Amino acid sequence: MAKMSLEQLRKLREDKRQDLSRREVEGKEIQIIVGMGTCGIAAGAKQTFDELVKAVDESGLGDRVVIRQTGCMGLCYVEPTVEVVMPGMPTVIYGKMTSETAKELVKKHLVEKSLLDNHILDRPAADIVKK
Amino acid sequence: MHYCLADYVLDIAQNAVEAGASRLKVVVGEDAGGTSVLVEDNGRGMSDEERKRALDPFYTDGTKHTKRRVGLGLPFLAQAAQATGGLFAIESEKGKGSRVSFRFPSDNVDTPPMGDMAALFLSVLCLPGDHELVVERRKKDGGEYRLVRSELSWAVGGLELVSSLALLREYLVSQEEDQ
Repeated sequence: MAKMSLEQLRKLREDKRQDLSRREVEGKEIQIIVGMGTCGIAAGAKQTFDELVKAVDESGLGDRVVIRQTGCMGLCYVEPTVEVVMPGMPTVIYGKMTSETAKELVKKHLVEKSLLDNHILDRPAADIVKK
Repeated sequence: MHYCLADYVLDIAQNAVEAGASRLKVVVGEDAGGTSVLVEDNGRGMSDEERKRALDPFYTDGTKHTKRRVGLGLPFLAQAAQATGGLFAIESEKGKGSRVSFRFPSDNVDTPPMGDMAALFLSVLCLPGDHELVVERRKKDGGEYRLVRSELSWAVGGLELVSSLALLREYLVSQEEDQ
């Protein structure tokens, strides 16, 4: 791939935005949060984050999903952890979200609106939640 | 322990962001003899005592996880650098910021692989907050590039929406793969 310049990157974004304005945008209502503490990183969260960006964009939902990183959610034993908040679905924290399962998460939870049963956890660990 | 060198860099950069830094600098340089990394921030910094204790895996400042007594990021790195005959240094001043530098030699069997540099910088650039971040990258083949968070954020229209991040990702891969 030829090295891209900042101007080219900006141009790509502009093209995409024009494309977008022709469509009805439903809003950026889907949030994905990836735990990026030492525990998450050690379990491969960097690749999970990368794969999520790729898979969400490929699914065509790129303009509706925001993806953020946070520190340790206190669930170090099931990292990488990924929280998904979207309308019409319960807010879920998924565990053991490797880059392979991240693809499945996008397909099942975001596109098909069903849960990935074997990876569901609860809310962040009780001692981490701010009272 | 982390699997690759990129993961150590990300871990230290994440510490810097959590330390409330408004300016960060990350340098990753490769040469024939190894890889040198510098992560510098103007976050809350540590006293001499805290800096020493930060290398103890069973020490944490207690603010993030009030009931847990582990902090593995820096100890992991110090141990890995030591085990490979590399270098590790941490300088810090309370209220001023921290500077973590390390080097892994390329000829030691225990030196971790580099890892995915484009994915590393994508993650580092997208760490939450309004801080400015500059990345300086020198590749083994002599090629180099520089990333400035505010410029990239402007170029792609923010660093949260996936469609923007996908473009940023493409840009980073193009920087890293350029010969």
